Amino acid sequence: MRYTLHVNGRRHTVDVDSDTPLLWVLRDTIDLKGTKFGCGIGLCGACTVHLDGAPARACLTAISDVGNKAVTTIEGIGATAIGARLQKAWLDVDVVQCGYCQPGQIMSAAALLAQNKMPSEGDIAAAMNGNICRCGTYNRIRDAIAQAAQSDFGAVPNKRKGA
Amino acid sequence: MVHTRLSPRASAIDVFTGNTSRRDFLKVSAAAGGGLLLSFALPGFAGAATGDAAVLNAYVRVTPDNVVTIMAKNPEIGQGVMTMLPMLIAEELDVDWSQVRIEQAIADHTIYGRQVAGGSMATPLEWDPLRQVGAAARAMLVNAAARRWKVKTGDCVTAHGEVTHTASGRTLTYGALASAAAKLPVPDLGSVKLKDPKDYTIIGHSIPGYESSKLVKGEPLFGIDMVVPGMLHAVFQKCPVFGGKVVSANLDAIRKLPGVRHAFVVEGGRDLTGLMPGVAILADSWWRADKARRQLEVKWEEGATRRQSSASFARQVKALRAKAPAHSLRHDGDAAAALKGAARVLETAYHYPFIAHAPLEPMNCTAHVRGRKVEIWAPTQNPEPGRSLVAQTLGVDADDITIHFRRSGGGFGRRLMNDYMVEAAWLSKVAGAPVKLVWNRTDDMQHDFYRPGGWHFLKGGLDASGKLIAWQQHFVSFGRNGRFALAAGMEDTIFPAGRVANLSVGYSLIPFGLPTGYLRAPGSNALAFVFQSFLDELAHAAGKDPLQFQIDLLGKDEMLPGRGSGFNTARARGVLEKVREVSDWGRRKLPPRTGEGVAFYYSHLGYFAEVVEAAVAHDGQVKINKVWAVGDIGSQVINPTAAVNMVQGAIIDGLGEALNQKITIENGRVVESNFDTFSPLLLKQAPPIEVHFIKSEHSPTGLGEPPLPPAIPALCNAIFAATGKRIRTLPIDPAALKA
Repeated sequence: MRYTLHVNGRRHTVDVDSDTPLLWVLRDTIDLKGTKFGCGIGLCGACTVHLDGAPARACLTAISDVGNKAVTTIEGIGATAIGARLQKAWLDVDVVQCGYCQPGQIMSAAALLAQNKMPSEGDIAAAMNGNICRCGTYNRIRDAIAQAAQSDFGAVPNKRKGA
Repeated sequence: MVHTRLSPRASAIDVFTGNTSRRDFLKVSAAAGGGLLLSFALPGFAGAATGDAAVLNAYVRVTPDNVVTIMAKNPEIGQGVMTMLPMLIAEELDVDWSQVRIEQAIADHTIYGRQVAGGSMATPLEWDPLRQVGAAARAMLVNAAARRWKVKTGDCVTAHGEVTHTASGRTLTYGALASAAAKLPVPDLGSVKLKDPKDYTIIGHSIPGYESSKLVKGEPLFGIDMVVPGMLHAVFQKCPVFGGKVVSANLDAIRKLPGVRHAFVVEGGRDLTGLMPGVAILADSWWRADKARRQLEVKWEEGATRRQSSASFARQVKALRAKAPAHSLRHDGDAAAALKGAARVLETAYHYPFIAHAPLEPMNCTAHVRGRKVEIWAPTQNPEPGRSLVAQTLGVDADDITIHFRRSGGGFGRRLMNDYMVEAAWLSKVAGAPVKLVWNRTDDMQHDFYRPGGWHFLKGGLDASGKLIAWQQHFVSFGRNGRFALAAGMEDTIFPAGRVANLSVGYSLIPFGLPTGYLRAPGSNALAFVFQSFLDELAHAAGKDPLQFQIDLLGKDEMLPGRGSGFNTARARGVLEKVREVSDWGRRKLPPRTGEGVAFYYSHLGYFAEVVEAAVAHDGQVKINKVWAVGDIGSQVINPTAAVNMVQGAIIDGLGEALNQKITIENGRVVESNFDTFSPLLLKQAPPIEVHFIKSEHSPTGLGEPPLPPAIPALCNAIFAATGKRIRTLPIDPAALKA
């Protein structure tokens, strides 16, 4: 079956079986390898992408269910203000160990911050609990989200003219 | 070229278990050093200028723009070694980190010596040799400058990748000097002068992971991201019962399914670590291959292992515990007599289950077999045994196998085994095409090399003053003919051995057919729970503060026999005293059903003491409020940011094992199949972790494993303090902790 996808602002036409999960279309057909395969049944969050800005598990999303929704992946999230801030915070805090789960972590965090500009610890835990980090970088994931949230949402930029 | 095959399988495993004497340790170290020395003599490495780049040695390449490229010799699995080992070279080379680019080396022990991610051994083995590599390259650059200026080398200094003649102020960059330097003789590595640590500008300074900026953008660095033109995507179905063989399969039906290019039976062998029997399906996409597998019908000959189960093991344990240990491990004094005369005797039983590694990136490998040449792209922790396995199984020469390291999405010991590597190679050979084999999560969880379960039957005797005077232990483990199965053993030097006058330790073995292997902090990840929990029980029975009880038991400062160079009681006392201070141990007022627990352990040459504060709800759910960790890994913490991250991760790993993890065997197969029934620690369960290091005068050692073992007993001891209920079986069962 032929499907037209909108991924990170680009159109892709793919010819795949209708039950193919979005995960495998992204990875093997469009060759965007940042979205990761971890469990295949929506338990680990490594395949988290956004569909029209809402977080979705790409391993459970059949290509036939994507429709006209805009797909955003880790390769595209840096083009958004929230995504760029999160990627910077991830590096500032030095979150990464193996790095395999981190695309999914950042995508879940970006969806959280889009809904909730200043999440509490409880909000972070609720939004991020479905993303497993096997290396155990949770302390730094929490710190990085807090840093990205605080970095400049509604705040006065640091560079004040005439100061 | 000199091929000194280091018999990597043997040395890797010895080193990994830590079951090695100091002499063995030095032998490995010297072999690695010898490898480096040889590398300088290799054609193309010394005295070479290729294109714009001057190659100073197997690790260092300098281009005229003064960019220094350093090879990362070991596989990166998330332990930060790709950044950390080049830091050692860059420091002694005297360059700025901003000048440094890092490249992953190929797997070739004839150039790079031991290339293993295991045993927390990269730091102790490479600390001297790689600093010497950097210093030797620096000496060659200084020598080149001195010749050009016709001055003495002693009158030149280096900094920021430049050589300066102090008297005249003349300066040249390494980039300008490198091609001349590459033609100069290589200094003897042992004679090069190393920096005074107070002059370090890189070692001891926090440097972010080299590939992190790519990883947060999703760049394709992992094994599973590999693409080779024309490759097929493969799945491989093995018998759910370990060791089972294929009798027949509906291959004709499978071959007709969409996208399927090949479907065939792999006869395989009987070695659980090698190519096992199964059915391969190769398709034009992985999804189609895995979908076709759902229609696969295989008749298996399951074999004898199908009669084994967790329940059958428990029955055998029950019979064995009634008897004396079949084998002796250590006897000091007369434990039986001392127990008879003791004022107080505790008798308990501890048990921990089989557990899996479950790295988040499932096992995978890409291979391309062309005639007798084999090319492999593997996320592996231990390439050389994989090379041997592929050579033997495919009947090719080991020298005709090229292995490229791919970044591993976690290892934890799983990728020390190379079963998935030989599978990919075999499938490529049969299909006559490049193949990427990717396991699904069920394959990964049900075909692991498991941390073996174990049972410990303990008696401890205290005298009237509360002093520990007797220790009797019967360890029931797995193995045969007196030999422990892989990773199922126990050393005879675990504290409090050597500090109890009357100690008797023996073991009995259950023969079985399951594959076992090394899981992060092998041995220690299970044994710390047993030893440090029972010592906590004894402390409470003696009416003493558990932390002080352990310090008192450690006694005077001295070296006792133990892993590596031995067990240093002063370093153990040091981490306990420091964790008492930083956690404000025993002085904080805690709410009801909240407690603090302490444990320490010596593992993989490192000393860690940890305090856990945990609260237990009335429904038995455990909430870990905070962890304090203190480590002594010697005189330098090479990359502090990565070190803190590693300690936090190892502790979270241990807490996940304690709270969430158990592998169950039924009818010779694993029951758990995914993260719903076997889970690493989740974010909601993860406590804040405060990390401290003691800098001691000892040579630096590794960090991947030592922080993990004490986390488990520290948590269990905290739960006892909170509830009065002792955890003697893992994983922790909330139902048993209800108020």
